[in-house]
Amino acid sequence: MNRIVVVGYGPTAHRLVETLTDKGFGGTVTVIGEEPRPAYDRVHLTSYLSGTSAEDLTYEVPAGIVTRLNTRVTGIDRETRQVTLADGGAEPYDVLVLATGSAPFVPPVPGAEHAFVYRTIEDLDAIRTAAKDAAEGVVVGGGLLGLEAADALRALGLKTHIVEMSPWLMPRQVDEGGGSVLKSHIEGLGLAVHAGAGVQEIVHDGEQVTGLRKPDGAVLDAQVVVFSAGIRPRDELARAAGLEVGPRGGIVVDAGMRTSDPAIYAVGECALAGGMVYGLVAPCNTMAEVAADRIMGGSATFDGADLSTKLKLLGVEVAQFGAMEGALDVTYMDPVGGVYKKLFISDDARTLLGGICVGDASPYTQLRPFVGKELPASPSDLLFSGAGANLDLPDEAQVCSCNNVCAGDVRTAIADKGVTDVPGLKSCTRAGTTCGSCVPLLKQLLEKSGVEVSKALCEHFTYSRAELFDIVRVRGITTFSELITRHGTGRGCDICKPAVASILASLHNGHVLEGERATLQDTNDKFLANMQKNGTYSVVPRIPGGEITPDKLIVIGEVARDFGLYTKITGGQRIDLFGATVDQLPEIWRRLVDAGFESGHAYGKALRTVKSCVGSTWCRYGVQDSVGMAIALELRYRGLRSPHKLKSAVSGCARECAEARSKDFGIIATEQGWNLYVGGNGGFKPRHADLLATDLSSEELIRTIDRFLMFYIRTADRLQRTAAWLESLDGGLDYLREVIMEDSLGICADLDAQMEHHIATYADEWAATLDDPEKLSRFVSFVNAPGTPDPSIVFASERGQIKPVMAR
Amino acid sequence: MSWTPICPVGALRPESGVCALVDGVQVAVFLTYDGDLYALSNLDPYTGAYVLSRGIVGTRQGEPTVASPLHKQVYSLVTGRCFDDEELSVPVYPVRVGDGGYVEVSLERGIADGGHLKTGLAHASGAAALTASAGG
Repeated sequence: MNRIVVVGYGPTAHRLVETLTDKGFGGTVTVIGEEPRPAYDRVHLTSYLSGTSAEDLTYEVPAGIVTRLNTRVTGIDRETRQVTLADGGAEPYDVLVLATGSAPFVPPVPGAEHAFVYRTIEDLDAIRTAAKDAAEGVVVGGGLLGLEAADALRALGLKTHIVEMSPWLMPRQVDEGGGSVLKSHIEGLGLAVHAGAGVQEIVHDGEQVTGLRKPDGAVLDAQVVVFSAGIRPRDELARAAGLEVGPRGGIVVDAGMRTSDPAIYAVGECALAGGMVYGLVAPCNTMAEVAADRIMGGSATFDGADLSTKLKLLGVEVAQFGAMEGALDVTYMDPVGGVYKKLFISDDARTLLGGICVGDASPYTQLRPFVGKELPASPSDLLFSGAGANLDLPDEAQVCSCNNVCAGDVRTAIADKGVTDVPGLKSCTRAGTTCGSCVPLLKQLLEKSGVEVSKALCEHFTYSRAELFDIVRVRGITTFSELITRHGTGRGCDICKPAVASILASLHNGHVLEGERATLQDTNDKFLANMQKNGTYSVVPRIPGGEITPDKLIVIGEVARDFGLYTKITGGQRIDLFGATVDQLPEIWRRLVDAGFESGHAYGKALRTVKSCVGSTWCRYGVQDSVGMAIALELRYRGLRSPHKLKSAVSGCARECAEARSKDFGIIATEQGWNLYVGGNGGFKPRHADLLATDLSSEELIRTIDRFLMFYIRTADRLQRTAAWLESLDGGLDYLREVIMEDSLGICADLDAQMEHHIATYADEWAATLDDPEKLSRFVSFVNAPGTPDPSIVFASERGQIKPVMAR
Repeated sequence: MSWTPICPVGALRPESGVCALVDGVQVAVFLTYDGDLYALSNLDPYTGAYVLSRGIVGTRQGEPTVASPLHKQVYSLVTGRCFDDEELSVPVYPVRVGDGGYVEVSLERGIADGGHLKTGLAHASGAAALTASAGG
């Protein structure tokens, strides 16, 4: 048994091949998919319309897996054990896995062929194209996917209707009371909800849809109609091959995911397991893992699944867990605040059976692990917000339903493997890696584990960087000595001194070499240059946006030649001059400052560069002036000290030549304005930036970046890049948006004022150093022999330039 | 013991170091906040670069230290021993304030607890640093 063929390449097939690879399967695995790309994340499909690329959504194909994309399977020959392909070819197998997924259900009404469905990236492309000339849209189906599609139409600027057959929205997740709270939320956003309504026909004029007729004869005007009214398993291949299928569709499988042919498995939405077809990520993943285990000789079983759901749709949190009925129920309803919470409990009022939440999903996180167990407190206490936040979970309580991780697994990772943070738990247990809704629980388990996660900066301060920042800000502290005398112990070290120096610089913007501050600076800041391996320095003048005149370019060339410096173009569109000794730095900078250059802060935990592509001024594709914006941003934020370096880029169109999404804040031009991405970086662990806001005007863009940077500077840990900061932020991107775009903490005016202060007080620190004999006096190699060159610094020649030679 | 004057004591700033060239040997001289002087070799034994005088001065469990500016190993100013890697250490040299208020170092070694010396200017200079920078 060494040839596995998988038909269908959706997320379930991906999990299957990933599990096979992880388990070290030794044979060949071939995945045949009819879509043009490997599996992609359908849970976050809607983000495709707001700028996430298909590439970002697509999962990486595990090493060693053979893929045949754009390929349809036409039949299964169970006798010869091969599948036949539309291109006439065939693929032999020892084990076949059907992961053919499902197709959206389109009711057989007249005109239905002119409507769209909402499942693939190609579907979304088609909807987006149609929406360009449309004013109104209808989504048929008010379930989870229907609301997702409605959100998408609304985001595309359409006046949106939702038509749902049941008397209320999301009938599988909420009861009537929850449905009515949900409806008022959604109507509050300007969407029209038609519950208890069916579809008579799709009205159209030729190819163009003009409306949807309800059974009562009324017509909703719409140019785009999307069906999202459930799914049907794609079992046609299995059916034609004579495999057993259910009366209402679905390939019948046993608990080991095996079909009626022992050589053929079925997993995911096409499988009928225990009489059920599952359409959620978590059970499909479990099926894939069970099948992989069985193929490898294991005995795992799929015994049904927890269908609990928690999601945020159209800005409303909706969650359901456990049973949707019980002998007793307790309801909390606040129609004014738009919150509905209900718990179902056993007749003796001791056991939790399930719950429904609309508008506030906190009970889901806190109480889902207690389903089937004794209630940890009285139901009314649990439903009023706050209670339940500090419950001790039993070891067998499931924390992450997507990846089937229990509290005990997490505790083991903490106790035995020494994991001390959420990212560590993610990589060790997989918990929190799919939908992320259990991350607050992971944090809670960490905090309660007794593993003291010390926030202390170092042995001299028991505070975290963010706490020290607030102490310095609120108490108006201006020196390290004052801070450590009042709030620390000892005399500081190479960890706390630069961290405090950075805080003082962020808040007060004085010269970093002024007085005592000079003794706090890290290696590079101390001499305003980057120390290299042999103790010499490199010099990087600022070249805002990467734009430079020929005259200035010539000055850099002349300086490099006259001082014999090694010259290299940096990744940030500037020029780095290497091999300067301490005593040469002021002479070099005298020449550069005279020619109009300023410090590039390549040595600082500060804004480095704002790269740009050439933009609409020259490029035939550009839609905005990316160079102008990059220069404006670089000049605005130059000199801004921060917990770690800050990099940025501006691209003039969606082709993204400036690689803005690998930056701490990246800007990509749109026809309407600018899209802002945050939290990206290259480096050891590359991360694409997340889309924070779309189609901003230049003013809005700058204001949003101002606040993003200042909020980061205020709250990040020492040496924490924006990527790690964003990942550690409770509530993530949504929370960030609330704080800096909706001012949920009421600090925006403060953040704005702080940035204004920075801009108003900026001064080039190299020019200031050259004007100050006291500061200049430090730039000597030997205090007792000024002018004597350091004999330890030796260069050889390579490709016409110098290179350092180490004594050993 | 032969002493080489290197600079007036006023040329040193509290909590930082300078480098002197003494008979071809690079010596890093540090003044701590409480006015104590220390002298170590300027050679960072981990990288082979002469840079220790440019490191950050601080304390570990109360013991005065300097951190290499290249890879941040922390060395005791008193013994020259590395806190982070017991294989590493740097030579320490005797240092004093001689006649005329000049800092003097000697390349002779063998003083039990290193070569540091109380200047007597201790708290004056520490306090001066405090007030000088409080206004900035």
